[in-house]
Formats: sequence, C-alpha cells, structure tokens
Amino acid sequence: MFVIICYDVSNQDSAGARRLRRIAEACKDHGVRVQYSVFECRLEAKDWVVLKDKLLSEYDARRDSLRFYYVSADDAQRIEHYGVRRPLDPTGPLIV
Amino acid sequence: MTLQLNTLFVTLDGAWLHKERETLVVKQDGVQRLQVPLLHLASVACFGRVGCTPELMAALSESGIHVSFFSPHGRLLARVEGVPGGNVLLRREQYRVADDPKRTLEIARAMVVGKVSNARAFLLHARRDAAEERKPVIAEACDRLVLHLRALARATSVDEVRGLEGIAARDYFSVFSLLLKRQEEAFRFDGRSRRPPKDRINALLSFGYALLMQDCAAALAGVGLDPAVGFLHEERPGRLSLALDLMEEFRVVLVDRFVVSLVNRGRLSSTDFIEEPNGAWRLTDASRKTFLISWQENKRGELRHEFLQQNAPWSRMPHLQALLLARTLRKDLDTYPPFSMR
Repeated sequence: MFVIICYDVSNQDSAGARRLRRIAEACKDHGVRVQYSVFECRLEAKDWVVLKDKLLSEYDARRDSLRFYYVSADDAQRIEHYGVRRPLDPTGPLIV
Repeated sequence: MTLQLNTLFVTLDGAWLHKERETLVVKQDGVQRLQVPLLHLASVACFGRVGCTPELMAALSESGIHVSFFSPHGRLLARVEGVPGGNVLLRREQYRVADDPKRTLEIARAMVVGKVSNARAFLLHARRDAAEERKPVIAEACDRLVLHLRALARATSVDEVRGLEGIAARDYFSVFSLLLKRQEEAFRFDGRSRRPPKDRINALLSFGYALLMQDCAAALAGVGLDPAVGFLHEERPGRLSLALDLMEEFRVVLVDRFVVSLVNRGRLSSTDFIEEPNGAWRLTDASRKTFLISWQENKRGELRHEFLQQNAPWSRMPHLQALLLARTLRKDLDTYPPFSMR
C-alpha cells in the first residue's frame, strides 16, 4: 500500500524535539522523506500496521497532529514534483 | 498491491555502505548519496571499490538480502549470503537427485529444451522484423533448432544433452548478428566470446549474464536450494552450477533480447565502450549506468507465467522457476517445467 504521512510535532520543549526526532526516524525506516514533515511510504500492509502503531505511540495527542493519506496505486501515478530535493523512488531503478 | 523488492546497484567509486536504523545509507567521501529503507531491497550489487560495514552486512543477511561484489567489468568477485535458509531435507534431496543419473538427465533435458525453444521463439519473432534477405537464414537456423529439440527428446545421457546444448547455442549465435539492425563495424558480432569478451556485443552479453547469474543464485538460495550443486553443469569448486543451470532458460529471454533492443534502439553508441590492452571490451562507467537503469526498468515489466497461470514481473521469474524446481525435487511435480516464452 501507499501512504502519505504528514505531521506537525510541537518542538517547543525537549520532549517535543524528542517526539519529532523519533517520529521522523520511524518514517525514515519505512519510507521516503519528500518534504520536511511529509513522507511517502510504500509498504506491505503488515509493515504499515507496525509503523502506524509506532507513530501513534510516539506522538502527543494534545500537542501534535498526524495525517495519513491512503493513496491508491492509480493515484500514486498522479504525483508531481517541482523544485529541489527530488525524492528517491524506492521502487524505481536504484542506481548510484 | 504487493511490494516489488528492488535491487540497489552501487557504482560510485569509493562508496561506503552503512546501516542507519532500518535503512541503508550510501556515502561517498563522507557525503550521503542515497538512503533507502531495507524493506524495499532484495539484493545489493556493488561494482568496483565499494565497502560495507559489518553492522549492515549482518542486517542484510538477517533480512535475506543478498549482497554481491563485482569488478567494474561485471565479473563476480564475491557474494555474501546469510545462513542457508529453507529446508535441509530439500537440500539432501537435491544432492540425491544430482547423484541419480536418471533424474538428473530428466531435469537437465528439460532445462535445455527450455533454452532451445526460447531461442527459437526469439528468432522466429525477430525474423518478422528482419530485412528480407536475412529472413531465410534466420528461418534455417530455427529449423536446425527444431532438429536439436527432437534429438534432445531422445538423449540418453547428460553428456549428450550438454553436447546438444552446445550445438544449439552455436547455431543460435551464428545468426545472432542478423538481429542487430545497426550495421556499423562497431557492433559487429562474430559469435560468442567470453573471458574476455572480444567485442562490444559480447561485453553487453557478459555483463547481462553476470547480473542474471546473481538473480538466479539468489532465487535458488531463497527457496532453500544449494546453488552450487547442479544437474546440467558439472560441479567445480567455486562454481554455482545450479545457478548456471537455472540461467539457461532465461539467457535469451532476459539478456539477449534486452541487449538486442538496447543496441537497436540506439540506447548505447560505439563510444560507450572501452577496449582494454588485452583486447577485452567493457562498458564505460556512464554507460554501465545506462545499462543498469534499462535493465531494472525491463525487469519491472509484467508477463504471464504459462505454467503457473499467473502474472508476475520479469524480476520474479527466476524465483518462480526455483520454486518449481524445488517442487520437482520433492516429486510434487513429475517433470520440471522450464520457463518458456510464448
């Protein structure tokens, strides 16, 4: 499945900074950072269960927000990107 | 949507691969060049001077991701594979079959039949687009392949199968150059030469076969077979005989077809190659990348597996055949069904 994860995590204090880092790291393990707080994740359903559970256990419901967009395979084709930081497509040719 | 596992190719000279949490990071001169979650990877192929941390090596082997190291020319230097997976009973059965001339013959025969009939299907297909004066020559080669297929059906020993395989390969390669539409001297092909490849086309074929070989070895190890114990190819220390066996059905369909289309479509030009002092030809660093990108795109294409009646991308085919081979060894199937191209 293809999920777009967006988050706002308050980093007013050190606890917030810690949540922010942990959420970003969990997303990095499973997907590709396309903007500072936006990740695209192509996952098997079982891996999504793990990631979602991890994110929900890290965030603070009173201070942060998480948004998950579930994208169908067809709609995933319609994503356009302009400008800098063109993200990696982990399903395309991986050649460096 | 099931996730298609990918191969990471690292061609950066002096690249260093390490693990960062659950991702693989490629750095060159301390600069991060790529970061990819391990869950997307099936294998990692490194070309030239590429290093890998022990932590990453451990994580890759635990996740069943195969790592191979190639020389810049595409010659295999080393392969890292984790603890053997699968079932030891299956491997023992594989060894027993390898010692049983009758069962070995049946499997070797099926593999070569697959190879020759795929070669013929490819030639027949290419004949349609070939120039008029070339058509009869290609057709004649196809007829000879049919004779070899008949002889294969009657073969009574693995040696005989090997002999017919060699003759069929020679007949096939004798018309291979007629499939190339570009008539430049640069893309002249006078038959197969390896170690070293003596022309540009042979350089492309050798490089493609080296990549295919890795996919076949990984597919076999993935279903728990021992890639070193083969049926068609004789065993030799350091040789992955079963991977070479499995490759036979795929050489034409995955590599030869691909090489012909790369050249005919003009994706590579004569300047994309270097001749070394010993007369060996190889791809330049930049053209190797072009090759790999097209190769990966090609492998994503879907096709129907006739025997299993299911669609799958090209990259899955060696794995599916490895599964069928395992089933044959277990006697769940009477005969091994080689991969055949329609």
